[in-house]
Amino acid sequence: MDLTIQHFIALAPLLITSITVVVVMLGIAWRRNHSQSFLLTVAGLNLALLSIYPALKVAPLAVTPLLQIDSFALLYIGIILVSTLACVTLAHAYLGEGKAGYPGNREELYLLILMAAAGAMVLVATKHLAGLFIGLELLSVPVYGLVAYAFFNKRSLEAGIKYMVLSAAGSAFLLFGMALLYAEAGSLSFIEIGKALAATGLPSPVASLGLGMMLIGLGFKLSLVPFHLWTPDVYEGAPAPVAAFLATASKVAVFGVLVRLFQISPAATSGVLNDVMSVIAVASIIIGNLLALTQNNLKRLLGYSSIAHFGYMMIAMVASKGMAVEAISVYLVTYVLTSLGAFGVITLMSSPYSGRDADAMFEYRGLFWRRPYLTAVLTVMMLSLAGIPLTTGFIGKFYIIATGVEAHLWWLTASLVIGSAIGVFYYLRVMVTLYLQDSKIQRHDAPFNWAQRAGGVMLLGITLLAFFLGVYPQPLLSLVQHAGL
Amino acid sequence: MILPWLILIPFIGGLLCWQGERFGPTLPRWIALITMSLLTALALWLWTTGTYTYAPVPGADPSWAVEFKAQWIQRFGISVHLALDGLSLLMILLTGLLGVLSVLCSWKEIQRNVGFFHLNLMWILGGVVGVFLAIDLFMFFFFWEMMLVPMFFLIALWGHSSADGKKTRIYAATKFFIFTQASGLIMLVAILGLVLVHFNQTGVITFAYADLLKTKLSHSTEYILMLGFFIAFAVKLPIVPLHSWLPDAHAQAPTAGSVDLAGILLKTAAYGLLRFALPLFPNASAEFAPIAMALGLIGIFYGAFLAFAQTDIKRLIAFSSVSHMGFVLIGIYSGSQQALQGVVVQMLAHGLSAAALFILSGQLYERLHTRDMREMGGLWNKIAYLPAISLFFAAASLGLPGTGNFVGEFLILIGTFVSAPWITAIATSGLVFGSVYSLIMIHRAYFGPAKTEEIYKGMDGRELIMVLGLAVLLVLLGVYPQPILDTSSATMHGVQQWLGTAFTQLASAR
Repeated sequence: MDLTIQHFIALAPLLITSITVVVVMLGIAWRRNHSQSFLLTVAGLNLALLSIYPALKVAPLAVTPLLQIDSFALLYIGIILVSTLACVTLAHAYLGEGKAGYPGNREELYLLILMAAAGAMVLVATKHLAGLFIGLELLSVPVYGLVAYAFFNKRSLEAGIKYMVLSAAGSAFLLFGMALLYAEAGSLSFIEIGKALAATGLPSPVASLGLGMMLIGLGFKLSLVPFHLWTPDVYEGAPAPVAAFLATASKVAVFGVLVRLFQISPAATSGVLNDVMSVIAVASIIIGNLLALTQNNLKRLLGYSSIAHFGYMMIAMVASKGMAVEAISVYLVTYVLTSLGAFGVITLMSSPYSGRDADAMFEYRGLFWRRPYLTAVLTVMMLSLAGIPLTTGFIGKFYIIATGVEAHLWWLTASLVIGSAIGVFYYLRVMVTLYLQDSKIQRHDAPFNWAQRAGGVMLLGITLLAFFLGVYPQPLLSLVQHAGL
Repeated sequence: MILPWLILIPFIGGLLCWQGERFGPTLPRWIALITMSLLTALALWLWTTGTYTYAPVPGADPSWAVEFKAQWIQRFGISVHLALDGLSLLMILLTGLLGVLSVLCSWKEIQRNVGFFHLNLMWILGGVVGVFLAIDLFMFFFFWEMMLVPMFFLIALWGHSSADGKKTRIYAATKFFIFTQASGLIMLVAILGLVLVHFNQTGVITFAYADLLKTKLSHSTEYILMLGFFIAFAVKLPIVPLHSWLPDAHAQAPTAGSVDLAGILLKTAAYGLLRFALPLFPNASAEFAPIAMALGLIGIFYGAFLAFAQTDIKRLIAFSSVSHMGFVLIGIYSGSQQALQGVVVQMLAHGLSAAALFILSGQLYERLHTRDMREMGGLWNKIAYLPAISLFFAAASLGLPGTGNFVGEFLILIGTFVSAPWITAIATSGLVFGSVYSLIMIHRAYFGPAKTEEIYKGMDGRELIMVLGLAVLLVLLGVYPQPILDTSSATMHGVQQWLGTAFTQLASAR
């Protein structure tokens, strides 16, 4: 097919990001400078973000058989770009300036994050199994490097290797599943698969097996129970800004492609697979929340809580009709905002890098009396994760419950209620720790001028947004409504 | 435009308190006091100028004394819809009054982080006012959940851990939060269920009270949705199997927290039943009424027995609240106008008397540094005024004629007698146990052999004004409750219509 200027405009966000990768690489080759790489990266990401606007004018448009640029894809691309931007900003604070901070080469981190972001963007726009695999690998392989980036720290290295091995195993499942599906449907395109499956009524056993194996592969990336075992270790080991990227951009992208696959070929979710997804949802909610209860490490706690949150989103996935897509998008936006905020606080607390991150709960004891505004940020984020009104998390939870009730998924809705009740316990525990009497031992603290730096400004912006969208969510809802599939 | 301001004033006042701490610890107290006085004054002004003959009644669009409406979330037909009738006005008056008292009673008790404390206090009260005014179900739920967070902080940060160290204030606060949050989510599911049923019937998605009242529900759906609402209110009221957060929260909370919790937060549940559960699901409520009344009976006796067995004075008062709320529950489900009017008086009277008892036990704690009645005794002539005033409020709590509690209980019992004589008879005997625990509290704390010879500091002006003011109001309510009854009669008439019709239908169906 011919590529016209229209196609390039539609693809602009992805193209600009890819060009930025090359520019940053050449920049490093020319002169190794932390701030220069950071600025180039931020400029590229912002340009990509701006280019979404012209892309919206030409959407929906199929660019090659692999990619479909529509408003849904562009919304998700927007989320990915914003969260990447946030992670990059945090990374800049984390790596530090001058002598203080990360001792190794700092610049390559931006390169890896940009590549992973490009992969994520491919993933949310794809409508073809080949595109899915390309996107997923382009997303995953740089993340191996990112997780192990602080390789002076044994835990980081361990986390990187763990993530690589399990991710590869997940990819193997995914490929096998695709092969089975191809054998059954005779095509790799989502639409053709949907047609072939719908023609036979219920999916045949081979197709179900294929879809099931694909679900395993994607479930690894989303850390759904029972494929969640890597999550806490990797979250704990990875440098905080990377953990933020892993929790936000990476998961958004994988969930986005899952939504598209199951929405385009609804037959894929019928039959036994529907039950499997329900079980996964309930197990993720209950087990994720239960395991988070006893954590004394904030990063691990957030890891387990993310398992539960993706369990909540699976409820909407199982519902798959009505306002399910809308609910997923709203929940993803609220979840991304909240996770960025929470990891942002951890990052700033650990900035600049000094061997290990400030992720133990006792380091946050009495933070309110030392850094009141930073504590306010973390409090809002914890309330938002718990889904309390006045924060955006409540709107997300409201949507998921509405979807569950609309689809008469009583068991799943009940597990959400129970899960939230358990969840409240550990979110409150974190919150109350922040306000207790100051502890004597302090290893880490955010720099005094944190709020004047880029990372701090970004964090305060996210908090205000999380509060604003909790009080007046209509702009977000309108945006998401226009970006349906 | 006055209704949004009733909600906004406490929220803004709270923020000012927080920032006001920069200029010393006294400023936040004054700001909070002014904020709450302003709220009370506004409510009083509304009371004197408004006409409260308008209230929602079955079969017509609800009419309100004052109403405010603005778009909020168009996607779900959610609006900022506030409305005032006699019942909500009385509840807001109570909120303002107890707000002033909770600021006053913390004047000396709270010395750490004064600004942040008053921020939380003001936000609780703002949330409560929101609950009393919201008639959009989403908004109601929004405030219902929102007020938990500042209450959590109030207990967790300024509370007292129990003497043996077994039950910490954080434990109590977390328990309170989880109980109410989980039950609140059940109510959210029920609200959404109702909205979706309405959507399937009319094609309009809305959370507006007036529209949802017209929803036609099948028998089983109505019953299940009613249960969803009932569970949330049952936890907050509290009703016996779901009450276990209350004594812990009360015992561990600072005085202001207990005052707000007993005086106002428990009333939000009764208000929710009267405003939402009964009118939205009248038939299911009529069917459920015997069970609810039985639960009320259990509450009366269980609360009274456990109150008797307590050694912690604040836990005793907490369990007495359980007992009093049993009467309220019976009155609500009796379906008679008299009993419903009694419920209103009982709610106000319990708000005042429980608040006073908590303030007094707070003052006792400031002097003795214990709440354990085994370490008290013989205090009668050791603290000026305090024992006598305690005796007055204990007598009020047991329903002595001349106090508001008597009027409330009397009206509830006489109104219920027509429809449920046996339940009334048993509930009346519960009053005896009310006397037992009230008097035993006085006896254990103030009479008997003295533990020490020390003479404690007498009550100062601030402390006296607080409790004497409450005493005066309680007596006024006891001898001349007519203004209150006039204000709430339209609302209660509407509720009675809903439930009464349902009762007749139920009787004819059998």
